[in-house]
Amino acid sequence: MSYIALSDQDKKEMLARVGVSSVDELYGCLPEEIKLKRRLNLPEALSEPELIRRFEDLAASNTYPDHISFLGAGIYRHFIPTVVDYLSSRGEFVTPYTPYQPEVSQGTLQVIFEYQTLICQLTGMDISNASLYDGAMAAAEAVLMASRLNNKPKILVARSLHPQYRETIRTYIKNMGVRIEEIEFGDCGGIKTADLMSKLDQDTSAVLLQSPNFFGVVEDLKKFADLAHEHQALFIVAVAEAASFGVLEAPGKFGADVVCGEAQSFGITPSFGGPFLGFMGCKKEHLRQLPGRIAGQTKDVDGKRGFVLTLSTREQHIRREKATSNICTNQALCALRATMYLETLGHDGLREMAVQNMQKAVYAAEKLGKIEGVKARFEGRFFNEFVLEFPGDVGRINDGLQAKGIVGGLDLKGFYPELVNCALFCVTEVHTKKEIDRLASILKKVHR
Amino acid sequence: MIREPLIFEISDKGKRAFRLPKLDIKAKKHIFEGLAIRDEIADFPQVSEVEVVRHFTRLSQQNYCVDLGIYPLGSCTMKYNPKVNEKVAALDGFAQSHPLAPADMVQGNLEIIKLVEDYLGEIAGMDAFTLQPSAGAQGELAGMMLIHACHEARGNPRKIVLIPDSAHGTNPSSAHLCGYTVQEIKSNENGTVDLEDLAQRMTEDVAALMVTNPNTLGVFEYDICKIAEIVHAKGGFVYMDGANMNALTGICRPGDMGVDVIHINLHKTFATPHGGGGPGSGPVGVKVILEPYLPIPRVEKKDGAYVLNFDRPKSIGRVRSFHGNFLVIVRALAYILSLGPDGIREIAEMAVLNANYIRKSLENDYHLKYTTPTLHECVFSDKVQKDHGVSNLDIAKRLIDLGVHPPTMSFPLIVHGALMIEPTETESRRDLDMFIEAMKQIAREAKEDPGILKSAPHQSYVRRLDETAAARHPIVKWERE
Repeated sequence: MSYIALSDQDKKEMLARVGVSSVDELYGCLPEEIKLKRRLNLPEALSEPELIRRFEDLAASNTYPDHISFLGAGIYRHFIPTVVDYLSSRGEFVTPYTPYQPEVSQGTLQVIFEYQTLICQLTGMDISNASLYDGAMAAAEAVLMASRLNNKPKILVARSLHPQYRETIRTYIKNMGVRIEEIEFGDCGGIKTADLMSKLDQDTSAVLLQSPNFFGVVEDLKKFADLAHEHQALFIVAVAEAASFGVLEAPGKFGADVVCGEAQSFGITPSFGGPFLGFMGCKKEHLRQLPGRIAGQTKDVDGKRGFVLTLSTREQHIRREKATSNICTNQALCALRATMYLETLGHDGLREMAVQNMQKAVYAAEKLGKIEGVKARFEGRFFNEFVLEFPGDVGRINDGLQAKGIVGGLDLKGFYPELVNCALFCVTEVHTKKEIDRLASILKKVHR
Repeated sequence: MIREPLIFEISDKGKRAFRLPKLDIKAKKHIFEGLAIRDEIADFPQVSEVEVVRHFTRLSQQNYCVDLGIYPLGSCTMKYNPKVNEKVAALDGFAQSHPLAPADMVQGNLEIIKLVEDYLGEIAGMDAFTLQPSAGAQGELAGMMLIHACHEARGNPRKIVLIPDSAHGTNPSSAHLCGYTVQEIKSNENGTVDLEDLAQRMTEDVAALMVTNPNTLGVFEYDICKIAEIVHAKGGFVYMDGANMNALTGICRPGDMGVDVIHINLHKTFATPHGGGGPGSGPVGVKVILEPYLPIPRVEKKDGAYVLNFDRPKSIGRVRSFHGNFLVIVRALAYILSLGPDGIREIAEMAVLNANYIRKSLENDYHLKYTTPTLHECVFSDKVQKDHGVSNLDIAKRLIDLGVHPPTMSFPLIVHGALMIEPTETESRRDLDMFIEAMKQIAREAKEDPGILKSAPHQSYVRRLDETAAARHPIVKWERE
């Protein structure tokens, strides 16, 4: 297949106008010795039907989607209303560039403005940016933002923050003169208060924790916000399961300075991990240090309301090495899908969805916890994920489940060596009672 | 045109556009006890389905897009996005798969990652690729971190990164995030790297040179091999910003010109849609010496099956979660497979023909600061029109009236009043001519009727917007009055 729209006659006439006899001549400005003297070693071109068949074959060799899965851990399966796919696939949304020419980009800009408003409403923050790459990078950007704001060298990060977020933070801060200390989790699955208190000092730039945390446990945000603030440290809350905003109080209510995380749950498929939707909101006094694009409201020459990208003096195309972040391209289309998803679910729908997640997860945890030898690893209250401890190896149990068409919980020992024989289960509104019961009955047989 | 309110302004209590099935288990009240539960989300939208559909359909009509016409943003490579790529990326096998699933259940995905790494390696002439970076800027950051890690392993991470004054703003910003100090290299009268300036600044304190090739003027760095020699002689690395790779595919390969690290933008060269600002994907290619430092995990083939290798002690770690913007990578693979080796070469050839056709057609109407031959883009300026008080901004806004998207403005910084034009290979002659004709009309209007340019656009949904006021008094969300 070729997507070139020029006929042979066009090419001939265009070359004539340019004043050359061939395209090769246009490459006369390249040194001869670096030119490739052979065809690229790539497969021969496929027609559209061949291409579709090839990808259907590749897709079919992913057997995962044929299973009932209880994997979560930063990626969540929620029902996506039809209108989200229908509207978000419009070429007017899919094929424009970044809205640098606002007069012909009001659609994209108004959507970003609505997205920012929704993120503020959910997080309780004053302002939001237009998106970041994913939850992990958003957490890393939040850490860098904190260190710019107060110039302190130490960041306290909960060990119950998503392991990949922690790894990403470590990569991002490596050469930035900031160091990380981890805060342990206790038997409740939440942060060990004593450990946090012993590590908090005047060098602490920020306390970063996740809630619901990696184990699904809801943290006591009020307590930790107060502790952080007593030491003049910023309090950053990461949220990997944004569906929880539908029922849990906004972190801003408890004094969070920055709320960041992953909003894949809002209308974005699991997609083998991306593209996802990093979000970030903060208090308005930190506006100038917020990374990423921001849309703002203004007026045109006739006094009509319109929207533009604004406060770009924070950004790399103006400030270069002094910018708040190097981000340019973000996840605009994912933010658009999230906006559509949230506006479609609306106030009551979002709350209903979140409540169903909690109810079903509690049902599943209680049901599975009754199986002999299986017990809840943590005492803390959770949203839609929970950790179970088994009498034996999780890998073997999961093999048994897989043979029956089920993908069980995530084996945690690779991420937390101390959590042997433990698995993280996720239950959302898409799981039926029948599926949960089936998991329980098979687990009963395979776990010993 | 109907003026579309914000969704919050048409929200009515009790309306909804979606309903879940009834809970199929017995609801328990006690699960909320002791937790900080929210009873309501103040001012959260409540609308019906038809209102949602009309809201977004009307908003969509306020956007210009590639599906509507030529979008000649320089250095952005706004080419046509094939629709079949959207279709294959949406297959459940990809869209519904979980990155933490056991490797044996996602073999198709891992094969895709491996194939794209290999194909990009062949196209760019590099030894290994990582697909983890989410966009070009994150690719730059990852690439510079690889360089930092390698220097560090040799005992000295070094302090400075050299960057030409024509570079994208992300280059210095990414180098800074790696802890480096940036020094600018002057452009010479051809708009290319000044070799003398480079040779003088290239010391053993310099970790790398970041170079865009062809550069942001569309000019190929003819001395790229000499540039690499100068940098390598002092133990530095050559980082190439591959944003303009669309000029080179199948013609020559960065790896054959002394480039050690490169990032490529799949959302430019490989036709994945821009989505109004993202998602992109910024794979990074390296020479074998930097391969041990690539982000984890790596996809490898063992005993006929694909596996993930996390055991890479020299790795810089992760730059984000999971495997990057995977569905963007799927689209890029579909593009490579549909074009094949000849089609990939044709991208560059036709991109260069289209750009030179525009350059030639407009060279008597607009000023060209650098007359050096250019490849896939050309940078005019408003110098001639300035005599009539008309700026590049006025020209851009008038283009909107004439039905085409404006070029990139005021960049690169070395051309004052720049208009940076990149048509890409997928434009038809008719659309190229429409753009050229619009530009010529504006050049005439600048002389005869400059007022019409200064008050443009006249035909758009909104007219010229007050960006200064937006920044001075930021309103960045809707609030109930």
